[in-house]
Amino acid sequence: MSAPAKAKTIKGETGDWEIVIGMEVHAQVLSESKLFSGASTRFGADPNSQVSFVDAGFPGMLPVINEKCVEQAVRTGLGLKAQINMSSIFDRKNYFYPDLPQGYQISQYKNPIVGEGEVLIDLKDGETIPVGIERLHLEQDAGKSLHDQHPDSSYVDLNRSGIALMEIVTKPHMRSSEEAAAFLKKLRAIVRYLGTCDGNMDEGSMRADVNVSVCKIGGYEEFRRTGSFKTLGTRCEIKNVNSMRFIAQAVEYEARRQVDLIEGGGTVVQETRLFDSRAGETRSMRSKEEAHDYRYFPDPDLLPLELDPAWVEAIRASLPELPDEKKARFMALGLSAYDAAVLVSERETADYFEAMLAAGAEAKAAVNWLNNEYFGRLNKAGLAINDGPVSAKANADIVAMVAEGLISGKIAKDVLDIEWETRTGDPRAAIVEARGMKQVTDTGAIDAAIEAVIAANPDKVEEVKAKPKLAGWFVGQVMKQTGGKANPAAVNAALKVRLNLPDEG
Amino acid sequence: MAASNDLISMTLAQARDALRDGKVSSRELTGAFVSAIEAAKPLNAFITESGEQALKMADASDQRIAKGEGGALEGLPLAIKDLFCTRGTRTTAASKILGEFVPPYESTVTQNLWDAGAVMLGKTNLDEFAMGSSNETSFFGPVFNPWRANDSNANLVPGGSSGGSAAAVAADLCLAATGTDTGGSIRQPAAVTGRVGLKPTYGRCSRFGIVAFASSLDQAGPMTKTVRDAAIMLKTMASVDAKDSTSADLAVPDYEQLMEGSIKGLRVGIPKEYRIDGVPAEIDALWTRGADWLKAQGAEIVEVSLPHTKYALPTYYIVAPAEASSNLARYDGVRFGYRAADPKDITDLYERSRGEGFGAEVQRRVLIGTYVLSAGYYDAYYAKAQKLRTLIARDFTSAFDQCDVLLTPATPGPAFAIGSKTADPLEMYLNDVFTVTVNLAGLPGIAVPAGLTANGLPLGLQLIGKAFDEGTLLRAARAVEEAADFKHSPAKWWSV
Amino acid sequence: MSVDKDTVRRIARLARIAVPEARIAPMADELNGIFQWVEMLGEVDAEGVPAMTSVAAQKLKWRKDEVSDGGQADALTQNAPDSEDHFFIVPKVVE
Ligand SMILES: [Mg+2]
Ligand SMILES: [Zn+2]
Repeated sequence: MSAPAKAKTIKGETGDWEIVIGMEVHAQVLSESKLFSGASTRFGADPNSQVSFVDAGFPGMLPVINEKCVEQAVRTGLGLKAQINMSSIFDRKNYFYPDLPQGYQISQYKNPIVGEGEVLIDLKDGETIPVGIERLHLEQDAGKSLHDQHPDSSYVDLNRSGIALMEIVTKPHMRSSEEAAAFLKKLRAIVRYLGTCDGNMDEGSMRADVNVSVCKIGGYEEFRRTGSFKTLGTRCEIKNVNSMRFIAQAVEYEARRQVDLIEGGGTVVQETRLFDSRAGETRSMRSKEEAHDYRYFPDPDLLPLELDPAWVEAIRASLPELPDEKKARFMALGLSAYDAAVLVSERETADYFEAMLAAGAEAKAAVNWLNNEYFGRLNKAGLAINDGPVSAKANADIVAMVAEGLISGKIAKDVLDIEWETRTGDPRAAIVEARGMKQVTDTGAIDAAIEAVIAANPDKVEEVKAKPKLAGWFVGQVMKQTGGKANPAAVNAALKVRLNLPDEG
Repeated sequence: MAASNDLISMTLAQARDALRDGKVSSRELTGAFVSAIEAAKPLNAFITESGEQALKMADASDQRIAKGEGGALEGLPLAIKDLFCTRGTRTTAASKILGEFVPPYESTVTQNLWDAGAVMLGKTNLDEFAMGSSNETSFFGPVFNPWRANDSNANLVPGGSSGGSAAAVAADLCLAATGTDTGGSIRQPAAVTGRVGLKPTYGRCSRFGIVAFASSLDQAGPMTKTVRDAAIMLKTMASVDAKDSTSADLAVPDYEQLMEGSIKGLRVGIPKEYRIDGVPAEIDALWTRGADWLKAQGAEIVEVSLPHTKYALPTYYIVAPAEASSNLARYDGVRFGYRAADPKDITDLYERSRGEGFGAEVQRRVLIGTYVLSAGYYDAYYAKAQKLRTLIARDFTSAFDQCDVLLTPATPGPAFAIGSKTADPLEMYLNDVFTVTVNLAGLPGIAVPAGLTANGLPLGLQLIGKAFDEGTLLRAARAVEEAADFKHSPAKWWSV
Repeated sequence: MSVDKDTVRRIARLARIAVPEARIAPMADELNGIFQWVEMLGEVDAEGVPAMTSVAAQKLKWRKDEVSDGGQADALTQNAPDSEDHFFIVPKVVE
């Protein structure tokens, strides 16, 4: 077990305080149709065009569960290393709101489909800490009320009504805004690897409620030791914080507010707050102040959700390699924890990196190249890795050319710039062409260069005979001798004959 | 062509055979019912009459029959409780709050009927949202029982909540009708109108498209003139429906065939807890007579115990309102139905639309349901009631170790006068005392007319079966029907 | 447990039903009558008895993940008391 998170303290007038953070994340399930109806989940359709009478709460309509949504919840639970509950119950959460057509949300209350699990979060310094998952449950999303269409009216669109959500609840195991953001980032990576949620925060596919409290130094340790919440402060829930950056801002602001409040003689009241991203502050949500009494009870239109253990095992067997496993594999290739974590944070990035390795690039050189050169260019251009102009093969070639000594690191950047513009997909050929260099395949010229290198390095000849893998050094030297014009394959072949090296098996 | 009175007094089975044999056309038959309904306005059995549409459906049936293509109910005119959503025909649940709601969809049960060729005469009156035992809570006014006592002209209730359907069947305004039964709403009105009412096993008929009252208790079923007609109707009404998660995945058997045959050796349980203080001696006597009839036909009578019977009614009055309070939250004046005038904000819109749109009994039950689910009361009421349901269901399971069907009274008395029980909700609730246990346990039950009171009002007996054993239930019901030989019909005082 | 007038007001508010002030006291009486009657359930020791989750002895039906519904904004809004451009319209909701 890893050590609990280190506290990031805030200074108050009466001493230091620690922040304690828990999160509730609503992640929209990737599925074609809704949780309990056959209407489409596609984003951005015309108002009320993707609504069944079930989603609109019409008389006599009944819910029928979508097997894909159950599967996605189980898949996510397995990805969170969590307990899968073979029997769970759908409950009704009753309240009135114009975008809640049935007058209740079908959710899971006492018996969720997924129980306790754990997510490892990766911090900037390369440290990894565990955050406990309390539960994951399935529920319906609400519709959308538009308040800016008319001065006196709100307009209700139910396209989103009934789409499946996974509500993922953490334990209060995060202790700084950085950790909170890192958690969300990691969770997002996991669900995207799993293909259970697209993680698109702009379209609201992932929405986080952040619970923040403060306590005196030691209070958290005591909580971890005893499991009792008594030593933690009263928490406030900040609703719908919809970007990583806002999460950090909201946490910082809210923790400071609570410390100031307590030190000024006040008490924190448990309430729901809203993060105003323009003002950079949290505010009490007046509309939510009315005491809620959701009157949960098991939905009589649905029977208990029973899972077949064999079905769950089949899902487990089909899980892809997840970020933590991929990260461990990358670290075994010599990458640092930090580099590996950055690469695996997006599945596409990890895939790109692996394509470079497959094209012959060396791992450490490849990650340095990406970190120092390519990612920066992508960022500047606002491009995602799969939309960038340079293929993994092309970047691998550039990295290999540097390793071969064919080009210098400085030239490599120029080659990248050229490739960025020209998109040839073959920078090796392109750079040779651009510099007016013709590759030498004339074996006479190559043989001459080989002889020169051998003559100058008799000791290396003995070494390479003992360790044929060192032939690469000779290739590099011969390339140098020919001013980079020799064809590396031809050099390789000639060297093998000259030094009497075995074929690679 | 037969005289119109002969047409409308046929049983469903007789009409089916007459149509098949070409002795009558569906148009003639349907026309006779449309006229009868027109003449029966004083009964207030229908909320919406759809005579024109009925005649069109009848013509289409006649064409299919001519081609030899008819379905199981081809050309047979039926009445539909106005709790079933019917595409293009106003559906009200007898509530102001549904306003002029016209469903753009059809309930599965009614779709099954139309697919089998049946003709819809109209939508029958009921207690508002099926909440009542006398059909007096309808926004469209009470239904009058076609029966009157032979010593009085007082208007009587037809029972509830399927009071309109019961009255329509009893007054020959349709061949058969659909009902729904949450605590007795098919069996109780059938009993007090001298007709047959069958509540199938929970899950036998789809609930899709039926305005929900209490989801774990609601079940659709037929209201008919004979046990055979109930078997015929159920065969078509029941189905396996992918649109209802609680509908049973069991093939629908041929009930008309299962109904046939002797009851020799059938074990009939008499639950001793159904002898209740204050129930008229006539009811007790009828019950004993019923047992004797079955014994005379070879059945074995066994006394059984259902120890938690007395808790069924209070259990029901927690569970049903709790579910109703949630089911009726969708009537909020936003997407369909009634909206209060000039709401000043959204809360005002909700509170006044619902305050003005729901009648007194519905409001009372929604408040009861809200209360028993609210924080601090859930365990004492709702959770406790759901445990009681388990105990009640277990009672039946052990009773059915000793017997195949149970025989009980259907109601604690005959039809009563309009307005005589509306002052005290508790007194009204007691009408369901014999029927409600069956809903709590999800079992099938049937009311069969068995005799008349001294002043000429019908009384029924109830039979209760094992889950999905409607076949045996119908066979036993047929035995009671034959022995009772109930041939009475109400005098047609309403169409003078 | 006795239902007083404030309780009636509270649950009426939760249920979003406007109950006229004159009906509050009679409603409290009616509910008290019913709840006193229901108190008889207290006689039963149901300790350890599982709550009934469903009377239907069968498995929950699952459906395939297919788009089979929607595309009916007209039918959806045709019964609405107030609608425009296929939106349902309500008095302005303040967040
Ligand atoms: Mg939550
Ligand atoms: Zn949620």
